[in-house]
Amino acid sequence: MADTKLRARRFRLPRRLRNAALLIGAAISSTIILLAVFAPFLATHDLAAMDMVNRFSGPSVEHLLGTDNFGRDIWSRLIYGARISLTIAIIAVVCSAIIGTIVGLVSGYFGGWVDLLLMRLTDIFLGFPPLLLVLAVVAVLGPGLFNVAASLVVVSWTEYARVVRSTTLSLREQNYVQAARALGASPWRILLREILPNSLGPITVLASLGLGTAIVWESALSFLGFGLPPPAPTWGWSLSYGTRFIRDEPWLSVVSGAAIMVTVLGFNLLGDGLRDVLDPRHKNRG
Amino acid sequence: MSQAALTVRDLDVRIASADPPFTVVADMSLAVSPGETLCIVGESGCGKSMTALALMRLLPQGVEVARGSVSLGDVELTSLSERQAEDLRGNRIAMIFQEPLTALNPVMTVGAQIAEAISRHRGLSGREAWAAAIEALRQTQMPDPERRAGQYPHELSGGMRQRAVIALALCCDPQVIIADEPTTALDVTVQAQILGLIGQMQARHGTALVLITHDLGVVAETADRVVVMYAGRCVEEASVENLFDAPLHPYTHGLMGAVPRRGADHLTEIGGTVPPLWNLPHGCAFAPRCPRATEKCREERPPLLEYRPDHRVACWNVRHAA
Repeated sequence: MADTKLRARRFRLPRRLRNAALLIGAAISSTIILLAVFAPFLATHDLAAMDMVNRFSGPSVEHLLGTDNFGRDIWSRLIYGARISLTIAIIAVVCSAIIGTIVGLVSGYFGGWVDLLLMRLTDIFLGFPPLLLVLAVVAVLGPGLFNVAASLVVVSWTEYARVVRSTTLSLREQNYVQAARALGASPWRILLREILPNSLGPITVLASLGLGTAIVWESALSFLGFGLPPPAPTWGWSLSYGTRFIRDEPWLSVVSGAAIMVTVLGFNLLGDGLRDVLDPRHKNRG
Repeated sequence: MSQAALTVRDLDVRIASADPPFTVVADMSLAVSPGETLCIVGESGCGKSMTALALMRLLPQGVEVARGSVSLGDVELTSLSERQAEDLRGNRIAMIFQEPLTALNPVMTVGAQIAEAISRHRGLSGREAWAAAIEALRQTQMPDPERRAGQYPHELSGGMRQRAVIALALCCDPQVIIADEPTTALDVTVQAQILGLIGQMQARHGTALVLITHDLGVVAETADRVVVMYAGRCVEEASVENLFDAPLHPYTHGLMGAVPRRGADHLTEIGGTVPPLWNLPHGCAFAPRCPRATEKCREERPPLLEYRPDHRVACWNVRHAA
């Protein structure tokens, strides 16, 4: 009997991997992450090295993705741009997830006036137009990696809070939570040992979708000139700057835009795939 | 009778959040001595589970103990702070839940869950607690406890899971165990094993057991004393011999008639349904379904009186039936 059980478990893995969205998403996301991590080894040129003779050269062996308006190597700038986007996105997502999860757990588990207070607070944050809120925060804090990340946290923690609150509401009625209480577990122990581990599925899904959203936001901010100031090789700024030459030399905008699109697509597919795997309601039967 | 392990006096449990509030358990009194088994029997919705939760101080939000006392040895439970109650739960009073499938945390190994409860109450280190958890599983005759302790609930069968639930409840040697339909979700063969196991553990540690069930077969097999509940009240309380020899309350009669038995050519059902607890009749709650009901039954609620030694009943018309 034990043997059949082990075998059944070994068989489950390939079925999960057969989930195409998850597979493609994971492939794209991990490629982008690897490019960003190993950017110093993969960059072929100095980021700031200008070559005014070779402006807007198309892709070549020398310049894999061509050069921009100052003759700088687009490939090198693109993979360093991935570093910036990913760093900001990861910081923003981790902080949002932590803050939102704490708020959601406390709100959902204790209920009553605590819940009322915390949920009205999230409503206030949700009530602001997000773009305005993000711009306001960056305007106050000034540009910079952490400030941009902080501004994204301001708009994205509410989603975690609401989702975690609702999973907490349903989990706290579970028998095993009741059973833990019957064994003398304190409310905090129940939150940390029973409810949080069982909410990690939806939190993981939100976080991977959130990475995509954060990258779009970061690009939008850079596009508007509120991100990291030049000469930082942000995707949004390259996209925005490229629009000035878009009639004659669309290459710069196309490459930066494609980088943003592919990355976001990768994280969204990953998130959707994870949801299919982790959420029993989306799971295919049989 | 020696000093009772658990004493309940005049307990009222009320759903305060309902509008208007109504009482789901009324005038409940019971006492269980060490080593004794008390069964609480009744249909679903008659207040059995609420009584159990009240004893554990685990009533859901909006439900409260409106009156009465619950004492564990010489500790009055109703007046404890939440923190003090946490220290007692799992330690001196423990509960075995109905659904072994859902009473275990799906993301923790069985051993880790037991070890956590042990270190919570016994203050043991991680390694000692793990060893104690394996020992607790061994005592429930879990096959291959060292390996099972490292497995997750979904890897165990229903019977093994219920053993794990029992190990979890008993790991700190509580004086009182409250078991809420511990075998309802199990196969009949496993059911007998689990009941036998609870009985053995109880005998070994001298634990008082409150067993909540709707299964009279289980009652006959395990109980020393029985409380029959109807619509939130105790309608009959007796030693198991007295109850099965001569059930006095017409409801108990009805319950016994509704059990399938060899030789009986048909099951007698109790006509009608349990009246809603928020709208109980003025007199005896069973009167609308009772074959013996008289005018008096509809007007005045019968008190729970001693009919003979070790046998109390709340009915106006006992003598006619006996």
